[in-house]
Amino acid sequence: MMSLERTYQDYGHPLWRRWLVNRESAIIVLLIAVLAYASIAVPKFATPATLTYLLLDVATILMIALAMTPIMITGDIDLSVGSMVGLSSVVFGVLFQAGWSIPVAIIAALAVGALGGALNGLLVTRIGLPALAVTIGTMALFRGIAVGLLGTTAVTKFPKEWTSLAKAKIPGTPIPMVMILFVVLLIAFALMLHFSSFGRGVYAIGRSKDAAAFYGVNVARTRLILFIISGVIAALGGIYYTLRYGSARGDNATGLELQVIAAVVLGGVSVFGGRGALHGVIAGVLLIGALSSALRLANVTADVINIITGVLLVVSVVASSLIDWVQARRTKRLNRTSSTPQPATVG
Amino acid sequence: MTTTLEEPREATPSRGPRRGPAAALLRLLKSRETGVALVLILIVAITTLKNPAFLVSGDGFRDLLVTPSILLVVVLGQAVVIITRNVDLSVGSVLGLTAYFVGTLFVAFPTIPVPLMFLIGCAFGAALGFLNGALVAFGRVPAMVITLGTLYAFRGINVWWTGSNRINASDLPSGFLRLGTQQVLGIPVLTIIALVALAIVAWYMHNTRGGREFYAIGSDPAAAELYGLDKTKRVLAAFVFSGMMAGLAGVLFAARYGTINSQAGDGFELEAVGAAVIGGVAITGGTGTVIGAALGAFLLVTINRALPVLGIPDFWQRAVVGALILGAIVLDRVLAKREHRRLIEKRDR
Repeated sequence: MMSLERTYQDYGHPLWRRWLVNRESAIIVLLIAVLAYASIAVPKFATPATLTYLLLDVATILMIALAMTPIMITGDIDLSVGSMVGLSSVVFGVLFQAGWSIPVAIIAALAVGALGGALNGLLVTRIGLPALAVTIGTMALFRGIAVGLLGTTAVTKFPKEWTSLAKAKIPGTPIPMVMILFVVLLIAFALMLHFSSFGRGVYAIGRSKDAAAFYGVNVARTRLILFIISGVIAALGGIYYTLRYGSARGDNATGLELQVIAAVVLGGVSVFGGRGALHGVIAGVLLIGALSSALRLANVTADVINIITGVLLVVSVVASSLIDWVQARRTKRLNRTSSTPQPATVG
Repeated sequence: MTTTLEEPREATPSRGPRRGPAAALLRLLKSRETGVALVLILIVAITTLKNPAFLVSGDGFRDLLVTPSILLVVVLGQAVVIITRNVDLSVGSVLGLTAYFVGTLFVAFPTIPVPLMFLIGCAFGAALGFLNGALVAFGRVPAMVITLGTLYAFRGINVWWTGSNRINASDLPSGFLRLGTQQVLGIPVLTIIALVALAIVAWYMHNTRGGREFYAIGSDPAAAELYGLDKTKRVLAAFVFSGMMAGLAGVLFAARYGTINSQAGDGFELEAVGAAVIGGVAITGGTGTVIGAALGAFLLVTINRALPVLGIPDFWQRAVVGALILGAIVLDRVLAKREHRRLIEKRDR
């Protein structure tokens, strides 16, 4: 019993300690600390309007981060999401301009997202290419088609009821309507990832593809489905982005993929796969969003936010890697001292 | 016992790699580098037929060689990093920061000799690369995450430092700016600098023990470590080199364009990775050559310049580049699979 406890130190601690001392909790605590400090130190931060704009600004990233999380847990990555936001925005705009009704244009743009995601997924699973290389290619391809279709022009003049819906608040609260959509998605993703056999398969693939396959997980199908979902969600983000800013442009959301990945990694998802959870990711997105909005209100220029994002990302991953290393060393030392006097207790 | 000994002896001649000039020529013809070079020549030829000024006019020829040079230098570093099974996403930010640093130094001390400025730029880039490498090698964190972080951080520092300022051509010494247009025997100086760097790195990667160790670490990190190679040292070296090349590219950028604002080199990381991948450097490490990567850089830039001449609006450039990257990696994979099958057949025969 003793040595077992020491080998699997994660499980050796009581439940409350495991819940409090982990990567996700650390980010949530940091988020609360930032919110608390900003509310005191930054004038006008603790107002309903700040919350509204903060949520409106991060809504696209929040949605896409939901889909990026399971992909990164399987050890893949999707760099094409920012370009897919641009492409779906353009497709949506062009079809609207051609006289399609908004709902039909939305469905068509979502279908483009599914197709793009399927292209990524098929190249990764059928041809066996690394996701990083594939999505660097489709990142250029999707953005290129988007820019090619519209050039430097933009489609504007979307119907007022749709653009104001994108910015509307839930009556009586400072919370934007789009958060309802987000919460529905969040519940769906949480059920999929944390409460279904499909989700257990996602984690298993991230730990070991071979072991997952032996265990009966359909590795190729799971990865393909995740890429298609990612494409659809990115397209949804693109439609929201278009309506929110009232403009469909080829260069919409350039560089968004890096913000999403930074937030997901900050939220505790391992780039090696196999570890991470949605609540950490959401805290990661909100942390970067809250920092940006607090700094902007404090009249710190936008560039400093970039420095902070970068440093936060590097420090958080290096710190967690160092903690792992120290723990592994401690475990090894404990095992060495304990295994000699009582080897029989292992089983 | 005797039969088992004889069998391999009989098979040896057909199993070993073929030698001799004919086989070497065949290998060269079948190589990725030749393929990319042929596509490049084809594009230049077709474009020139359509509009002779693309190649024949003095400016056309110079631009054809100068424009890819900056990317080429960045790709050299990127290729070495990718060969070790890592990636350096911060090169664009390092380029921008170095270009602005060099420009600021010139404004403050206009008398600094130009060659010294090249050394300073390389050293500055190498220092930034060292930071990346140390975090990757000692922090045991994937290079993608670290360099994504430093991409933000370096660019942020750049924007913070520069603000809405910018360095103008009039701030830089004319001797330095002339480098951007000067030619020796008809070949632009910037291109010569890039090609000399390419030759040195290509020789080093192909012929020296250190160069082969990069490949060994990239193709199987665990085996390389078991064999006794110092992985930490090599990975660190690759990142320092990549930073140094991005720094050099920053100096070249300053010389070529004269104007440096806070966005110099923005998005270069993806062009650099794309060029390396097109040139046959697999993102999974261990394969490819810097010559292939350099050809990839030439191809990428030349296609971008050729499209408008061929009547395809510039807006479609990125789509073509994306299709090219996808085509290249799919081709690589198909060829690797065929080679694998062929080797298995050979073994079973």
